[in-house]
Amino acid sequence: MENESPNKPEAVCPSKLELAEVKEKLARAKSGPQYWRSLEELAQTDGFYDMLHREFPRQASVWPEGSSRRDFLKLMSASMALAGLSACVKQPLEPIVPYVRQPDEIVLGKPLFFASAMPFGAYATPVLVESHEGRPTKIEGNPEHPAGLGGSDVFAQASILDMYDPDRSQTITYRGEMSTWSGFAAALKGPLNSQKAVQGSGLRILSRPVSSPTMASLMDAVQAAYPDSKWVQYEPVNRDNVRTGSQMAFGQFVETRYNLEKAAIILSLDGDFLSSGFPGFLYYARTFAARRNPDLGERMSRFYSIESTPTNTGGKADHRLPVRASEVEQLARAVAAGLGAGGGASAKPEQQKFVAALAKDLQAHKGAAVVIPGDNQPPAVHALAHAMNSALGAVGNTVIYTDTVEATPQIQTAALKELVDEMNAGKVDLLIILGSNPVYDAPADFAFAKAMDEVPLRVQYSSYQDETYDHVHWHVNGTHYLEEWGDCRAFDGTVTITQPLVAPLYNAKSPYEFIFSLIGSSETAGYDIVRKYWQGQMKGGDFDAAWRKAVHDGFVANTAFPAKSVSAKGSPTLSPAAGDKGGAPETEVMFRRDPMIYDGSRANNAWLQETPKPLINLCWDNAVLISPITAKKRGLVTGDVVEIDVNGRKVKGPIWPQPGHPNDSITVFLGYGRTKGGRVADGVGFDGYQIRTSDAPWIANAKITKVGSGYGFAIPQGFQYIDYSDLPKGTEPLKNRHIIRKATLEDFMRNPNFAHEEEERVPPEMTLYYPYQYTELKWGMTIDMNSCIGCKTCIVACQAENNIPVVGKEQTMRGRQMQWLRVDVYYEGGTENPGVYYQPIPCQQCENAPCEVVCPVGATVHSTEGLNDMVYNRCVGTRYCSNNCPYKVRRFNFLLWQDWTTPQYKMMRNPEVTIRSRGVMEKCTYCIQRIAHGRMTAEKENRSVRDGEVVTACQQACPAGAIVFGNLNDKDSRVAKIKAQQRNYSLLEDLNTRPRTTYMAVVQNPNPELEQSESS
Amino acid sequence: MSHKALSPAIYGLMAEFDSSTELVEAARAAYAAGYRMMDAYSPFPIDEASEAIGFHKSRVPLVVLLGGLLGGLSGFALQYWINVIAYPLNIGGKPYDSWPAFIVPSFEMTILFAGLAGVFGMFALNGLPMPYHPLFNVDRFSRVTRDKFFLCVEAADPKFDLVDTQRFMESLKPVSIAEVPH
Amino acid sequence: MNQGPEEKTALLENPWPDEPPVLTPGQSYGSMTDQIADAVLTRPIGLGWLAGLAIGMGLLGILMAAITYLFLVGVGIWGINIPIGWGFAIINFVWWIGIGHAGTLISAILLLLKQSWRNSINRFAEAMTLFAVACAGMFPLLHMGRPWLGYWMFPYPSSMGVWPQFRSPLVWDVFAVSTYATISAVFWYVGLVPDFATMREKASNVYTKSVYGLLAMGWRGSARHWKRYEALYILLAGIATPLVLSVHTVVSFDFAISIVPGWHTTIFPPYFVAGAIYSGFAMVLVLAIPIRHYYGLQNMITMRHLQNSAKIMLATGLIVGYGYFFEAFMAFYSGSTYERFMMENRWLGPYAVFYWSLIFFNLVVPQVLWLPKIRANTKWLFLISLVILVGMWLERFIIIITSLTRDFLPSSWGHYVATRWDYAVFFGTIGLFSAAIFIFIRIMPAISIFEMRTLLPEAEVKAHES
Repeated sequence: MENESPNKPEAVCPSKLELAEVKEKLARAKSGPQYWRSLEELAQTDGFYDMLHREFPRQASVWPEGSSRRDFLKLMSASMALAGLSACVKQPLEPIVPYVRQPDEIVLGKPLFFASAMPFGAYATPVLVESHEGRPTKIEGNPEHPAGLGGSDVFAQASILDMYDPDRSQTITYRGEMSTWSGFAAALKGPLNSQKAVQGSGLRILSRPVSSPTMASLMDAVQAAYPDSKWVQYEPVNRDNVRTGSQMAFGQFVETRYNLEKAAIILSLDGDFLSSGFPGFLYYARTFAARRNPDLGERMSRFYSIESTPTNTGGKADHRLPVRASEVEQLARAVAAGLGAGGGASAKPEQQKFVAALAKDLQAHKGAAVVIPGDNQPPAVHALAHAMNSALGAVGNTVIYTDTVEATPQIQTAALKELVDEMNAGKVDLLIILGSNPVYDAPADFAFAKAMDEVPLRVQYSSYQDETYDHVHWHVNGTHYLEEWGDCRAFDGTVTITQPLVAPLYNAKSPYEFIFSLIGSSETAGYDIVRKYWQGQMKGGDFDAAWRKAVHDGFVANTAFPAKSVSAKGSPTLSPAAGDKGGAPETEVMFRRDPMIYDGSRANNAWLQETPKPLINLCWDNAVLISPITAKKRGLVTGDVVEIDVNGRKVKGPIWPQPGHPNDSITVFLGYGRTKGGRVADGVGFDGYQIRTSDAPWIANAKITKVGSGYGFAIPQGFQYIDYSDLPKGTEPLKNRHIIRKATLEDFMRNPNFAHEEEERVPPEMTLYYPYQYTELKWGMTIDMNSCIGCKTCIVACQAENNIPVVGKEQTMRGRQMQWLRVDVYYEGGTENPGVYYQPIPCQQCENAPCEVVCPVGATVHSTEGLNDMVYNRCVGTRYCSNNCPYKVRRFNFLLWQDWTTPQYKMMRNPEVTIRSRGVMEKCTYCIQRIAHGRMTAEKENRSVRDGEVVTACQQACPAGAIVFGNLNDKDSRVAKIKAQQRNYSLLEDLNTRPRTTYMAVVQNPNPELEQSESS
Repeated sequence: MSHKALSPAIYGLMAEFDSSTELVEAARAAYAAGYRMMDAYSPFPIDEASEAIGFHKSRVPLVVLLGGLLGGLSGFALQYWINVIAYPLNIGGKPYDSWPAFIVPSFEMTILFAGLAGVFGMFALNGLPMPYHPLFNVDRFSRVTRDKFFLCVEAADPKFDLVDTQRFMESLKPVSIAEVPH
Repeated sequence: MNQGPEEKTALLENPWPDEPPVLTPGQSYGSMTDQIADAVLTRPIGLGWLAGLAIGMGLLGILMAAITYLFLVGVGIWGINIPIGWGFAIINFVWWIGIGHAGTLISAILLLLKQSWRNSINRFAEAMTLFAVACAGMFPLLHMGRPWLGYWMFPYPSSMGVWPQFRSPLVWDVFAVSTYATISAVFWYVGLVPDFATMREKASNVYTKSVYGLLAMGWRGSARHWKRYEALYILLAGIATPLVLSVHTVVSFDFAISIVPGWHTTIFPPYFVAGAIYSGFAMVLVLAIPIRHYYGLQNMITMRHLQNSAKIMLATGLIVGYGYFFEAFMAFYSGSTYERFMMENRWLGPYAVFYWSLIFFNLVVPQVLWLPKIRANTKWLFLISLVILVGMWLERFIIIITSLTRDFLPSSWGHYVATRWDYAVFFGTIGLFSAAIFIFIRIMPAISIFEMRTLLPEAEVKAHES
């Protein structure tokens, strides 16, 4: 190791290397991928390579004394060799298979689509990656994937930004100093050999949960090579409760899968299954939406939600009961009792009615009912859910049990605890941390950092030089999933192949290659590792064809786990629920993964940071969510800063009164307060992990005391519903505006035209002008508010597709957010348990566009296809159009927000969308670039545009399939058919703007028995 | 013409008065005496004076009218041509020829052209700017911008005769009489 | 100028005994000429004037700095956002344009109405108009996101073959304001020519003489010239009258043509014009009262002028009040939920305090002008005029800001807070205005000399013999 010390001048610019030599080698070096891979051979010595890196400012370190002008010249030539390492994109060497939608060979200006998968936690999110001239620019859902059904989630959409993140770790370091792979390999050889000697008893590997079959095989290989070594899997937002619960119920780990298409009654026990990150979210969103279609009549499903922290899932419920997380179990038991599935607790008096009606309803739908518990609920609740599901005959119908997706499931917290103890006991000689960041996110009581400092040699493989980086000797920079070969299982077990779109930007090793290097003597490319594994699996038949198909489709056909029959060990014995423990605590704090930045691993993603959280509409922050009532009781107002005290551990956070939040409890989103997360993540929000301990990872008792006030939140939705204080008395902003139109299923079936009862539509003939005729193409969009689950995926998709800049917290607070698409949230009823409605609002593309008439330079005009086009380079920025837009969908570049300089971003942008600069108005264009593609293809093939040929970014991304786009002149198009339905209505009809974007009214399916009490 | 040749090489004879009334009376007398090529000068406008010297109507109003018509018509024509012929665009569903909207600019153009035509026309008809004029050779004439009134009979007038005219002028009892050299 | 005999006599024996005369007796052509001209030519530069100019220049400097920063960084330095796309810039624009109305009104409309008392105040009223319009004219450019492309607002044959969009009130603005500026300027200059001649003759210093000489264009007071001059002057007044009314009408179209609740109102044109005259006369008094005081012009700018202005303010103030009332009435009568909410929001919403102080300043305070005592007291008049100016600014604030903050979709409601740059630009223009005024009164006759002469009894031609 010490011979690696880069401070020796000869190591930095070795004398044996002459300028001429470099030049010659450079000349010899072939261009293209080969060239980049051969960079190290070109440089020949680590010292030289090391020196090259000093050209990068972030790594620039002190110049060695010995450096002369000659060295400088060498450096210059060298940097010429490297020029573009940060600017060029390299195709991977191995044959990757383009998606069939596009021709195999790259045609300039024609994007290619590749199927791949984003590993998220243990689960794969199937994706299609759009690639322009070898640069991945956009993530889309993979329509052919059984577990994806074409949708995608915010994390997948935003992951493209992760790859191009300039803050990513770009080099291998030793004690913070630049080093190289060969240096690392050499340095580790010794320790590994000595571990071999002791059966690896001192070797510990800490990784995130693994579902990848290939990685699993590597795990076994490691185990074989180092029998006594331990591989610990841990993620802060883990599913230990699920596993313990299934053990309680069945004595073994099982994966639970729900079939919402068959579910007439859905009961969620704090189960947030409609939010990005929940295993199977894409599948559930689509199937849930399918069964919520009111045209099904009586078959439309009914959704009960017993929920603690308000989520967009609960917002979709027909009946939502907000209770403290600790009280869910009590209720669950009451319901279970009602179903004769053990339990045996009685609900609180005020909840009796609800529970009774619920139980009755569930009973009435045996075989078509399902109970979905939340990951954050104690094991007992899961056990109860299993019991109830079997009691309801759901198993095999709406509930399917399978093998676990994780290769080797663990009770992660326990495993991590064991590791910590061993480290403290000095039993660990070599700790390898694979992609996780325990120093930041391990339970506070573990004091992980202190413990790991006991380990003699600590290695981190990670994409970021994060909090953990400060405590390791070796840091190996990791790849992004778009840069590596791999595989991963979706929630249903379907094996999904990850194929890279580019060679690693920063010359990194994939995790497979990294682990392989620990056991395999010879270095092997990730491609070979994965391929070899599958060669072993796909026995018989033509492997190459099968492999090619798998890579092409993005998944290995029928690898989904079959249903598994498990026998419940009778009614589970239950731990006394928190609710029963004598007097309830003053305040209960509930820890939740953040809807946008998850557990903090996505914290450096500006798109996610700026996307308003579902339902809460807060961005660039986490907050102490509290119910308005409790807030009033405690004399707290929005922006007050409180200190949360969980037995001695303290953290300060700002108060956010959230309608629908249970009383006497607070919610803290994890993942914020990063200190070394990157330029975006650092200093945003507060760190909930500091008060999160292993014994109470989800629900803890806390005290809150006000310590400050006046904290400013960034809420892109300008108007805070919860705070009516500044509204004129007696005025109801929503009254008579008919923005949200809704009915119960009964009313809908009785009167399908309910959406048009009160409206004041201007009759089309009431005009002095001859309306324009749109003869050929006439684009239109419908958004089904009944399907929309408010997950905000469309917003991120739009941001990615249209090169929309990020403005940051301060500008958002000033009301200058740039997202073209927004999802409005409307609350109905009191703040205690309001009804919630989501309304995505893109440009309405009015036929009588008010914005166009007032533009003095004709920068926004109508196209022959009825689109309200923006001519960016004609705009002088008077902002009159925005003033006159009743929907306020226009966005203005008040300042220069586009990053014109960062090379990574230059690569990331969609080349088909103009990049707007300062002083220009912009807005949703219905993804006009995609329309143009569709039109051109149609014209080339001399036919009219097919329905579904043009798909807008938001439509493609929507996991619920709520958005439909197409040609209104084509009477058979889906959009035309939907617009013909009676539920279809347009916003602010009385203004006679004649929008092309219309909405499908909401139809809810409440339980008649409960309705009266609900309408309070 | 031959007569003119005899007349002395001066611009004319100028009489000075104290009040507008005297000036107007003098002017009327001169006109009655048959003088035509003369002018009255005063520190402020006196309608009677121009009448007295037989200058009854100016062509300024006509110029203003023509200017206004030109402005208005060209203004509307421009807009019509742009929106209907040169570059028709569907603007918020409004017809190409949104004539009600075109009225405003047309009106403003009318005013602008009328005003400018009037101003430039007035100065042109008055032969201004004219930095030099023989009258300025008479020192006392500077008082015309203050409080004095002048009547100048020009030598170019066929009836002009240095002696007769001077005598005639004295009959008007002016404050003073001066020869105006070229 | 060309008053009929009846009015001359009227001037002499002053048929309104309870009112002061337009011109105090005992003055002659000469005395008046000297008094006005010497204020420019011989009067030494006073400390007060220097101080005033210094303050004006200081504020002007701030304006320059603010504009520089604005062009460097962008309109984002202001408080505007989505949904409030227009802020101080447009408020100030409308405010200044309004102030700019009094000048033309006094010189044109009062001329047509043969209101001889205008003669002593029209000159600086017109000057005031020009400077106010200059201040106003900056804002449409400044508020653009890309001001360097401001010329796209004008119809010129461009390589792209694109033209302005003539349905947009902003284009109408361009035409109206530029026309108004041009016509006011020539009107002012034409009025100045005979006086420049006077200055030319009175000036002792050769440079001053030649400068005034150039400006006078060799004016020599010929009867023929006067005839054409008069004809033009009346005609200019004739076309300037509809112009001045059209300008604020067009400005009001910026709002009335849109669909924003609180903007989309047919009462705006008359109500804006009245408001403009209102603030314009307020500014006239704010300037006239100190000027007549420091330059001892009480004999020419008499109480009569001040009182008439006060009466006009009272009248226009009442019209504006009528506008406020009908805005509210229509909001409810129309039955439009948006309009109704907009009104309630003005009364009780976050900006209610501005609305009510506007009502107090513009409607309540000026009612004291009913009292002759107040009208006769220059200090009171000065104070009330200032209050009205503030009130009229608030009116534009209310119209623009409160209407935009909460329109159709509650989800996109917003809030507006002005930044220090907003204020810098606003007070900067006040600096520009006052600096210009201070310079003007030093280099040009602040009162129209030749028109004052016509007010003298002896100016009339007596017709004792036929």
